Amino acid sequence: MNKIFVGVESDFEDRGRRVIEYNDLEIGIFFVGGDFYAYENNCVHQGGPICQGRILNRVVELLADDKTSQGLAWDEHDVHIICPWHGYEFNIRTGVHPGNKHARLRSFDVSVEKGEVYVHI
Amino acid sequence: MDSGFEKTQDLPNQQITTDTDTRDILRREAKYQKINGLFKWPIVDIDGHHSEMTSWKEVIEYIDDPILLHQAQEFQSRTGGAPGLSNHTPGLRYQDVGGRIPHQQQLGERIRDKTVHRDVTLVRRSMDALGLDYQVLFPGNLLQLGTHPQPRVEAQLALAYNRWLCDNILPFDNRIKTLLYLPLGEPEMCHQIIDEFSNRDGVVGFMVTSVRFKPVHHNSYIPIYRKLEERKLPLAFHAGLNWTDEWTRQTDLFISMHAISFVLCNIVHMTNWIIHGLPERFPNLKTIWIESGLAWLPFMMQRLDSEYQMRPSEAPLLKKLPSDYILDMYFSSQPIETSNIKLAEATFNAINASTQLMYCLTSPIGILIRQAPFMSLSF
Repeated sequence: MNKIFVGVESDFEDRGRRVIEYNDLEIGIFFVGGDFYAYENNCVHQGGPICQGRILNRVVELLADDKTSQGLAWDEHDVHIICPWHGYEFNIRTGVHPGNKHARLRSFDVSVEKGEVYVHI
Repeated sequence: MDSGFEKTQDLPNQQITTDTDTRDILRREAKYQKINGLFKWPIVDIDGHHSEMTSWKEVIEYIDDPILLHQAQEFQSRTGGAPGLSNHTPGLRYQDVGGRIPHQQQLGERIRDKTVHRDVTLVRRSMDALGLDYQVLFPGNLLQLGTHPQPRVEAQLALAYNRWLCDNILPFDNRIKTLLYLPLGEPEMCHQIIDEFSNRDGVVGFMVTSVRFKPVHHNSYIPIYRKLEERKLPLAFHAGLNWTDEWTRQTDLFISMHAISFVLCNIVHMTNWIIHGLPERFPNLKTIWIESGLAWLPFMMQRLDSEYQMRPSEAPLLKKLPSDYILDMYFSSQPIETSNIKLAEATFNAINASTQLMYCLTSPIGILIRQAPFMSLSF
């Protein structure tokens, strides 16, 4: 396994990213809520550049106790990365599509050592 | 960034936006093409789209009718609302999923080449990145023009758009082709358009926008079909969005309307086309059914066969099963429904995909269905 230096932890803002190329492999490293996550820049739908897409919160529908709809809202916890080709969305913390557990981004481990961020390939 | 470990480099575009160059948006596709050697294959995209509304000020100058020209120019100068005389529906801007798909939202990339129209450059960029040999170009918002309440306006805008396309886009790259818009709302104009444009560079046939509510077997259209058959020109039925009929109005989300309307219009037209015997009347007229996907076709084959066998007296022109006529038709590959791969395989077999299915991207210039997507299907 190769250990790839990505950058300095303090350079990452919350919801920030770094999309890097290592040989033929492209990887997006995301910093969300104090943790790092890394995925291959390859949407499982059609191979789009998923890690270069927009980052938005998950949209949820609010239901009252009687199950009537109360409209849509942003989920403040669930953060999504969205493929700029066709709109497939994945939870940045899990790499999984919100409605299809089989649609899952290829993930990589990330470590922080003395303030330096590494991805393990 | 050198700490003694493996070196990397940042991608030049950390995030794709509305200003990102088409070639950068498609960079991964070009890479895929290269790895898989797909550039060696001759590939025709039969359904690419450009954003004609971006050039609308130029298009309307081609309107023949002086009063409509004046109205279009006046409308053009107003802010808000649909561009001059068009019936473009602002609500349909949901297509970009609330800005999640940037290139659908806007193609704001920089273009320095002033020797050709901006759209020529955009098409070239996408074709080069995708390894396409030819691309058949269609409009975008004009796909709704068939529901314009004024048939005269539909006809004049169709004529203007066709002239603009033939003057400003098609002559500048022989890889760019089109199936030109036929305004069925005014059959006389259809004849004029076929006569005027059949032999223009890049015109490979004609297209009916399927979002319209006059049956395609109406007698007033029969001479049009005869003319196309005589000239050996194909006729495409291009599906589109419609949020105004009684059925789609019951869907209050774009996703629901989008899923249904792109198929519903062609279900209706294909039913009329077959049951009224148009394939028997014009056996050499090739028809192409575009952008309805493929999953509807096995349904149509089974449903129409079943009905026909019980009620042949209602469709006396037919000499074989409806599904046999469907096997003679052509279809585009956008979108291929693949969440159930066995159903997808059965669909391919049912329609004789190896000879009847044609590749397409369907995009505002150069998006992004993986090249020859069926190559990656595992059956």
